[in-house]
Amino acid sequence: MTPLLPKCPLQLNDEGRLRHFLSLDGLPRAMLTEILDTADSFLEVGARAVKKVPLMRGMTVCNVFFENSTRTRTTFELAAKRLSADVITLNVSTSSTSKGETLTDTLRTLEAMAADMFVVRHAESGAAHFIAEHVSPNVAIINGGDGRHSHPTQGMLDMLAIRRHKGDFTQLKVAIVGDILHSRVARSNMLALKTLGCPDIRVIAPKTLLPVGLEQYGVNVYTDVNKGLKDVDVIIMLRLQRERMQGGLLPSEGEFYRLYGLSEQRLALAHPEAIVLHPGPINRGVEIDSLVADSPRSVILNQVTYGIAVRMAVLSMTMSGQNEQRQLDAEKQESL
Amino acid sequence: MSLPDPAVLISAMARDLQAHLKAREIDNPRFVGIHTGGVWVANALLKELNSEEPLGILNVSFYRDDFSRSGLHPQVRPSQLPFDIENQHLVLIDDVLMSGRTIRAAHNELFDYGRPASVTLVCLLDLNARELPIRPDIVGATLSLEKNQRVKLTGPEPLAIVLKTIDHL
Amino acid sequence: MRIQINGARLIDPASKMDQQADIFIDDGKIVAIGDTPRDFVADQMIDGNGLIAAPGLVDISASLREPGYGRKGSIASETRAAAAGGVTSLCCTPHTKPILDTPAVVDLILDKARDEGSCKVFPLGAFSQGLAGEQLAELFTLRKAGCVAFSNGLAPFKSNRVLRRALEYAATFELTVIFHPQDPDLAEGGIAHEGSVATFRGLAGIPETAETVALSRDLLLVEQSGVRAHFSQITTARGARLIVKAQARGLPVTADVAMYQLILTEEALMDFSSFYHVLPPLRSLADREGLRDAVRSGVISAIASHHQPHEADAKLDPFAATEPGISSIELLLPLAMSLVEEGVFDLPTALQRLTTGPADALELKAGRLSVGAAADIVLFDPKGQTVVGESWFSKGRNCPFMGHVLPGAVRYTLLNGRVTHKNV
Repeated sequence: MTPLLPKCPLQLNDEGRLRHFLSLDGLPRAMLTEILDTADSFLEVGARAVKKVPLMRGMTVCNVFFENSTRTRTTFELAAKRLSADVITLNVSTSSTSKGETLTDTLRTLEAMAADMFVVRHAESGAAHFIAEHVSPNVAIINGGDGRHSHPTQGMLDMLAIRRHKGDFTQLKVAIVGDILHSRVARSNMLALKTLGCPDIRVIAPKTLLPVGLEQYGVNVYTDVNKGLKDVDVIIMLRLQRERMQGGLLPSEGEFYRLYGLSEQRLALAHPEAIVLHPGPINRGVEIDSLVADSPRSVILNQVTYGIAVRMAVLSMTMSGQNEQRQLDAEKQESL
Repeated sequence: MSLPDPAVLISAMARDLQAHLKAREIDNPRFVGIHTGGVWVANALLKELNSEEPLGILNVSFYRDDFSRSGLHPQVRPSQLPFDIENQHLVLIDDVLMSGRTIRAAHNELFDYGRPASVTLVCLLDLNARELPIRPDIVGATLSLEKNQRVKLTGPEPLAIVLKTIDHL
Repeated sequence: MRIQINGARLIDPASKMDQQADIFIDDGKIVAIGDTPRDFVADQMIDGNGLIAAPGLVDISASLREPGYGRKGSIASETRAAAAGGVTSLCCTPHTKPILDTPAVVDLILDKARDEGSCKVFPLGAFSQGLAGEQLAELFTLRKAGCVAFSNGLAPFKSNRVLRRALEYAATFELTVIFHPQDPDLAEGGIAHEGSVATFRGLAGIPETAETVALSRDLLLVEQSGVRAHFSQITTARGARLIVKAQARGLPVTADVAMYQLILTEEALMDFSSFYHVLPPLRSLADREGLRDAVRSGVISAIASHHQPHEADAKLDPFAATEPGISSIELLLPLAMSLVEEGVFDLPTALQRLTTGPADALELKAGRLSVGAAADIVLFDPKGQTVVGESWFSKGRNCPFMGHVLPGAVRYTLLNGRVTHKNV
């Protein structure tokens, strides 16, 4: 059978630079580092009186959220506004698709609004890829989270937090605790940490919350949190959703807390200067103790600021890649 | 052509700047260098003036007007302005003035920090190739180049001006 | 109408014939093979030089989508597609609207097939009313109307007790029951094989045990009830081994596998392409190897297309929101040739699994080239090529092989001596 032509990586332009931001797999270390460096610059912008730069002035960013999220949506809005872009937010979950409109029809309508960029969030894995494949390639697609597959900006903001507070990835032990099975944050974090050279990435969960095939990520799997947290430099606690109690995954939030919750005693097992991350919103007393969440070792609130900076970096880098591709296409046309 | 020695230029520029500031009754201005070359020149100037003032560093990447054509330049580093801009007299320093767009970007960025009382522009070299009405108050030397020539300042120690010929336009 | 096919290499798995021989057809039947019969003057001559003549393929699972799903397909369009794939007899699944659980629907399908179809159609009746798994369908009546076997598809029975009773009822009348083993609770919410690719792409998984648990239960109930059983769409290597064990202890069960399951694996899902969304899902490389072994050894004696055509919209959504199914009946012969070319099977074996294998599993009078048999023949060029999509008859274009160049090309398909497909 003749094989079909291999697909060019959907999210990269002809020069290998970002034109969409869909997932972290396949992105080289240098690019992830560039995102972090660019985000650092944008952190400085956020510290000024006028928190704006004119990079995306005159451009329109459309937040297309098929799945609700106030937190992610507002940070993307803020990031776009700080780049001087115009922002529209569409909560599609409450409008057209519930009227029976197909996703592709919704996309056609959105395309007609001539936005330069869509930030999409959807309950199905692969939705961001689908949208990038079915919308004009000149519209940049940023994945704000698709099903349990990928949340690349969250992955990168966690990496920024780790780099700013703990430094060199190649010297760190990082633990990710909680519902790995259903978590797009966990998948993005594992990929980012591996690419950035972290030598000891640990996932900690009961068997019911561990997916098969974790070896492909190059991580160490633990079911005993006390063993898993020993001497780690970074602890990423994942959110446990209420629905997990149904269907036999877990007996109760209480038992989960007793076995895996991050209490002060558990934190003491880690390195004395270990930091604690959480994608939010946190369930106090379920995955994390209040005292720990509010302690100086927790960088949970900083993650919000890092989130805005990382999203500014991703938005501007992607816009830059789109512009570059437009130039390349124009040059190709001329030479014909 | 013979290229000037930055050390010699900077001595003269320091004297000219002091005279210029005195004539306008500006004392205690703050110095801001445009990353990278402008920062080198600013440091050299401050040394020449025996000044211990903190130097502000401006990275104008986010304010350039060519983003939609050339995109984001990699290796962006943050600006650092360790003083208030509001009502402050500023001395803005860059190494090479060509089209004037970098200076325009620098102004846009500075004004996002606050409203300066005045801005005095100091450039090591003026290439007489302006595309915008920007004029330095203090200049080290004026050079006229051929279409295929470019100059670059190397540094930080020692500072030197290098001439490059580019083979394609 | 007298037809003579000259110079073809005749392969008939039933009689193990593999030699060059002329075929003589009169009034829809094969009247002679080899020497010209006395007084035979052909009205039509077909040049079979360079071609292989085999019994028309027998596909024991194809969704024709009629009645009820006109956007996806019709008896006319899908049997035409089947003819292009070298098929002359097929079994249509009971997932129609209304469901194939009354004689009226059987009559409708058989009438349409006779008037507009390009294949012999053998309906599979619903095993339970409405496929709801609660009440038996009127199996005997449906049998009389023309159903050759009964299936509940992937839809489960409400309880093991009801299933057991249903099997005993079917056994009473020596009716054949077709099982699609998948435990609904273990499979719940899943859309892809529970393995590395599903984990990487965040797709809800269907574990291997969804098939093996149901299969084990079904085999034990088959043993207890004595019903004639055929297991359809096996996808796991372990499942194939369970069938080996059952056959070894004397259970006369047969099994089939989807053609695409012998070619594709879970790797295909890496790009999220909905064309690879099928139920039961594409599994691991090890599973594919196990299935190939089972087909080679004859444990799995039939390969079926499991043809499921869809309109474009059904596949135009993020993976989990799309409908499962591949449209591939018109590639049945070329896909088989691709496996032969790859060295997975030899040609006679491949043909046997597509003719007498399926025919015997469901006791259909089909799949044989012999004097006196109906002239259901496929003539194909083993050195030819099929460019997928160059001509396409199915209403469903949901085929992941579009644009591929496959080995082998069907040149003629004859049904009762009538040419239903020609590509010379």
